[in-house]
Amino acid sequence: MNSKSMKKYGPVFLLPTMVAFTIGFIAPFLLGIYLSFCEFTTVTDAKFVGLKNYIRFWNDPSDVFVHSLWFTTLFTIVSVIVINVIGFAVALALTKKIKGTNVFRTVFFMPNLIGGLVLGYIWQLLLNGILYQFQRNLKYDEIYGFVGLLILMCWQQIGYMMIIYISGIQNIPGELIEAAKIDGASPRQILKNVTIPMVMPSITICTFLTLTNSFKLFDQNLALTDGDPSKMSEMLALNIYNTFYGRNGWEGVGQAKAVIFFIMVAAIALIQNYLTRSKEVQQ
Amino acid sequence: MRNYKKYLAAAMSAAMVAGLAVVPAQAEEATGKVYYLNFKPEQAEQWEELAAAYTEETGVDVQVVTAASGTYESTLKSEMAKSEAPTMFQVNGPIGLATWKDYCYDLKDSELYSYLKSDDFALKGDNDEVYGIAYVIETYGIIYNKALLADYCALDDAVIADASEITSFDTLKAVADDIQARKDELGVEGAFTSAGMDSSSDWRFKTHLANLPIYYEYQADGIGSTDAIKGTYLDNYKAIWDLYITDATCEPTMIAGMTGEDASAEFALGEAVFYQNGTWAYGDIAGNDVADEDLGMLPIYIGAEGEENQGLCTGSENYWCVNAKASEADIQATLDFMAWVVSSDTGRASLANDMGFTTPFSTFTEEYQAANPLLDAANEYIDAGKTSVAWCFTTMPSEEWKNGVGSALLEYAQGTGEWDGVVTAFVDGWAAEVAATAE
Repeated sequence: MNSKSMKKYGPVFLLPTMVAFTIGFIAPFLLGIYLSFCEFTTVTDAKFVGLKNYIRFWNDPSDVFVHSLWFTTLFTIVSVIVINVIGFAVALALTKKIKGTNVFRTVFFMPNLIGGLVLGYIWQLLLNGILYQFQRNLKYDEIYGFVGLLILMCWQQIGYMMIIYISGIQNIPGELIEAAKIDGASPRQILKNVTIPMVMPSITICTFLTLTNSFKLFDQNLALTDGDPSKMSEMLALNIYNTFYGRNGWEGVGQAKAVIFFIMVAAIALIQNYLTRSKEVQQ
Repeated sequence: MRNYKKYLAAAMSAAMVAGLAVVPAQAEEATGKVYYLNFKPEQAEQWEELAAAYTEETGVDVQVVTAASGTYESTLKSEMAKSEAPTMFQVNGPIGLATWKDYCYDLKDSELYSYLKSDDFALKGDNDEVYGIAYVIETYGIIYNKALLADYCALDDAVIADASEITSFDTLKAVADDIQARKDELGVEGAFTSAGMDSSSDWRFKTHLANLPIYYEYQADGIGSTDAIKGTYLDNYKAIWDLYITDATCEPTMIAGMTGEDASAEFALGEAVFYQNGTWAYGDIAGNDVADEDLGMLPIYIGAEGEENQGLCTGSENYWCVNAKASEADIQATLDFMAWVVSSDTGRASLANDMGFTTPFSTFTEEYQAANPLLDAANEYIDAGKTSVAWCFTTMPSEEWKNGVGSALLEYAQGTGEWDGVVTAFVDGWAAEVAATAE
């Protein structure tokens, strides 16, 4: 297709996606921002109240939003590092010529095909089964919830990141590695000076995915601990959900939190993108 | 060939666009229809059958949707925002009404209201509007296994000789402690079932058990609700909670994840003698190791003065409301349906026999009394002249308050928190939540 017909038909082909995007994202997003300035019981009859929700959010002493923020941040930092390091290591191992790599790749990727809620309940059973030996329970203390969530997320995400890293590693031109070898580089030097710089685009994608996934984590949090004990394992998304649905009269405040949450996630994602992208090299 | 591809692409993109633009079918019906958002998952099937029977009889469309356990408020919130909103829903008392008042149709002139035996079972507005009508009266207390308790009484040196001797907290505690100490002899796992603090079970303690200190405080102060609770009876609350977690089938460190099913299974299989729950639990217990005639219910004694005359906790937190924002035809259809449910033979049989409800309606005559041994136990206390404990928990300021108390109870039980935490959540939390919801 030449560029002229591309221009002509482009909008036609874009239309379905744009319509879906508008219905599924832009419209609710704008409505959400508007609702954060309203008081309402159901979203269809909202009354405009200005900044009241934001003020109530700021002044609410009983809220655990700040704790949720720290919990989420810590969780994000740890999970991004662990998932990417292990994912990359597994990818390196599975691009070597070992027997049965395809079987291993499939096995590692499979957990990603199961939904978060189901995973959460399955891991709750598994982890509680182990903790039972010590007369403890996942909901006993926030640290159990934290570690439990970390194990769950690693199990779910490592396979996916591994696939991305594998494709990145396989795209490295063989002659580069060969040249490095002829120059007498050790495997460690090859990894540091050839492989990692060459897979930087994959690292950008993977850190972006794990970062936003962890920060926005909801299903797994809901299913595994539901914020217990005392909301101490409640992450930001669940905190917003509970404010909106769990407290009558606080729907608008929940909405205001959601807007603030969006700004935070967007800012973090943009900064991360900028930082890792600047390290990418041209082939 | 090129043309063919072009047409195919055009057809496919057209199909995509068409797929998005699903035009909602406009079904304007003058007859109106009913959409009932049901609160009780235990009776979901019976409601669906009843709705089908009504449709068959009258041709009016009745849809019943049941919210999953513990999600009624959130389901209602999202359903109410839809164009096909529920026409019939329920609130849990004055606090729930405060949220939904704008959506409640005044039922003063309805046929349903005319059947109501007493205004105690109506939720009224400031100007005597009838916003909600209770449709089921329920009772809770400490359900016990008569056979197991009789076995205990037959043991040497038993603290009591008969279950009827338990009329105070001290006796209850002595019996429970002794059963716990001799559980192997009796072949049970513990005196009480596990005090699970999972969301499927924690309401038994943060709401139902917390009702007792509130009730006694209201009694002492001669009030029916308050903006600032004093916590006069919190030591009693601690005493009964200690009893529940100590003389139980499991270690207190385990209760965080124990569910409602765990507790009801332990009781139904005869592993525990006592089980705090209400008349609605009969369905879950029936048909297991515990025979119907072995089911009894004791008042929840907490050691308050005059408790020998205390009865069971009886009340309602299930009030039917009609959506005032529905179309007039739908409102009328809903009112007709409600009247039919409590006055027709089919409706009455379903409510009394299939769902096992005791209702506050005059239409439920002798032959429509629910068969439920727990209800019989409740009636025995009323006949014996004991004073029923009112359901003061409908005046609790918010769900948030209950959650705060629940978390504090759990932390105290696990040993990760102090009892002071419960006191703070109970007293300070009450005032804070009253202020927060008034904003």
